[in-house]
Amino acid sequence: MGDFLAGLAEAGRLVATLDPDLVEITLRSLRVTLTAVAIGCALGLPLGAWLAVRRFRFRRAVIAALNALIGLPPVVVGLAVYLLLSRDGPLGVLGLLFTPTAMIVAQVVIVTPLVASIAHQAMRDLWADYHDLLISLNATRSQRVATLLWDGRRALLTAGLAGFGRAIGEVGAIMIVGGNIDGATRVLTTAIALETGRGDFALALGLGLILVALSLVVSGTTHWILRTERAGRW
Amino acid sequence: MVSVLPLRLRGATLHRRGALRVGPVDLTLAAGGATAVIGPNGAGKTSLLRMMHGLERAAGTLEWAVPEPQARLAQAHVAQRATALRRSVQANLAYPLRLRGAPRAEARRRATAQAARFGLAHLLDQPAPSLSGGEMQRLALARALILEPEILFADEPCAALDGAATREVEAHLRETVEGGTTLVLATHDMGQARRLADRVVFLLRGRVHEAGPAAAFFAGPATPEARAFLRGDIVE
Amino acid sequence: MIRLLLLLLLLLAPPARAETLRLAVTTSFDNSGLADHLRPLIRADTGLDLQLLVVGTGQALRLARAGDVDAALVHAPDAERAFVAEGHATRRTPVMSNDFLIVGPADDPAGAADAPTASGALRAIATARAPFVSRGDDSGTHKAEMRLWAAAGLAPEGAWYRATGSGMGAALNTARAMGAYVLTDRGSWLAFGNRDGMAVLSEGDPLLHNQYSFLPVNPERHPHVAAEVAARLEAWLVSARGQAAIDAYEVGGEAPFTANARP
Repeated sequence: MGDFLAGLAEAGRLVATLDPDLVEITLRSLRVTLTAVAIGCALGLPLGAWLAVRRFRFRRAVIAALNALIGLPPVVVGLAVYLLLSRDGPLGVLGLLFTPTAMIVAQVVIVTPLVASIAHQAMRDLWADYHDLLISLNATRSQRVATLLWDGRRALLTAGLAGFGRAIGEVGAIMIVGGNIDGATRVLTTAIALETGRGDFALALGLGLILVALSLVVSGTTHWILRTERAGRW
Repeated sequence: MVSVLPLRLRGATLHRRGALRVGPVDLTLAAGGATAVIGPNGAGKTSLLRMMHGLERAAGTLEWAVPEPQARLAQAHVAQRATALRRSVQANLAYPLRLRGAPRAEARRRATAQAARFGLAHLLDQPAPSLSGGEMQRLALARALILEPEILFADEPCAALDGAATREVEAHLRETVEGGTTLVLATHDMGQARRLADRVVFLLRGRVHEAGPAAAFFAGPATPEARAFLRGDIVE
Repeated sequence: MIRLLLLLLLLLAPPARAETLRLAVTTSFDNSGLADHLRPLIRADTGLDLQLLVVGTGQALRLARAGDVDAALVHAPDAERAFVAEGHATRRTPVMSNDFLIVGPADDPAGAADAPTASGALRAIATARAPFVSRGDDSGTHKAEMRLWAAAGLAPEGAWYRATGSGMGAALNTARAMGAYVLTDRGSWLAFGNRDGMAVLSEGDPLLHNQYSFLPVNPERHPHVAAEVAARLEAWLVSARGQAAIDAYEVGGEAPFTANARP
């Protein structure tokens, strides 16, 4: 209990003083995760919609693979990306290991299947509802996908937020590929792991509380943006 | 403008999941007037309309007077349970126009006018999924007709409506036919068929059992099954 | 919406870059707080921004071998000599030392504190089958622990011997939670924030000496490494200023590291 209260106090102190290290790693967390989620959505949302609208031979296999990939342990993703990006590895010449870019790459791999799968489920239900109408109105294939994406944007937002939630709290993969370098690749989660290792539970917990607050702020803001757009009429 | 009608079906069939739903059907639909497709439940009324409209791929011959892509642009369909796009009433009405490339402002203007014609003006900004059954059916009809189709397929458009709503929808259908649109109406309501139809197609077990002018059909059906059906007997 | 995009752009803009050196260091170097103490001094004197990868000695050497870092600061003399002999590093430069400690529950159920030597303390722990937490991660500390067991003529195994495969801080956390004994370096111990109920039980044995050396990655193997920058850091570490800075670092009134570069 003492550690917990100390953690609360530490979180309060860090936020109140706008601790420069805290601001830096928080911004880096956001930068890495938002970039990864943006890329993951750019790949996953159309993929999910496409899987819902198109019928092709290996569709079920692709969907099953997608669902299996959701369960992929981030550490394994981290290790694979590490081996690819290491100077010894096939992409070593890029010199990306232990950079925020490497962390974004790992998180894209982690986030995309989740986003695609949730988008696919939402799009599949919507498509079942809209199918006859859109065929009847002679909508082209791209018009159909655009209609689904637009009318399903709330569900797609949920997919994006799920991706964000998975990425922002992820530590295993980014620890491996980022290296938790102070001033370069340290983010909230790796800092928490580090402070726990140092036995500084109050600081670790304080950072954890800030992480939770950050998640809440991002999801709240996104919902708010959508709500103001339609003034909550739906 | 060249008419897309007549529509000719020769040995047209529709299978779904391996089972024959309708056909083989030989039928010619000429331009103008209202054709009621009647028959017992499961006779294939819905399937026949879906097949003719192209919602499902038919086997056999199904020929419009113009090439199919062109014919598709002249048709509209209203389903028994209309689909509400998750948008406002106005956006629902503007949607078909937008698909055909109408500028946003023009689409909105025409949508507003169409809403007024169909008694939906006060609902313009409402989300379509929140409409009542009667309102939704009027919206579906208004949306289907906004592109001024040559032929309208209406599948039990009043099945779930009360008397007042049914009267409104029928009035719109009648107006549509008077405006020169050909109507194909699937209905289980013989009163509605008598009120609206010029011709009748009586379906039984997926095939056209009897077809002809409505007045003659209702006065004296040629086949015993049609007589039994009109009497209210159970026909299988 | 536009404001959101601007915010995103702002977040995505890459930060300005100083001249950086990527250095693999051991957990003890970082956990002790010495890293945070030295970094600003190094930056002020040489203009270098150190990017520290805090890992075990085993992984630090792997990173250096793969060329993923420019240099390594580690503490496993035998492995380091082999590393240089294989040509992965150009040389091995001793920088400083500290010492290992055997720590454990303050009430010392195994009586480890009564033994005069580190080997004796380990023997007492093994005899009592008292829980012992091992790093088990091929780090310099783990290698030193294995050397000590060998010196005591023991091969530790059994339920009482727990290999955690984690860093120094995590191993100390685990040991405290289990009331177990653990081998730690003095720096990590002094800086560890969660020591209540634990005590130093064995120290001072010559076998507990712990030498840290600097290994620059061989630029002939890995042309992309910042060899010139690594040489500048090395020069600073062994300079009078660098050595004095290491000696000046204190935690709780104790200096965990002793600078011992040969001039």
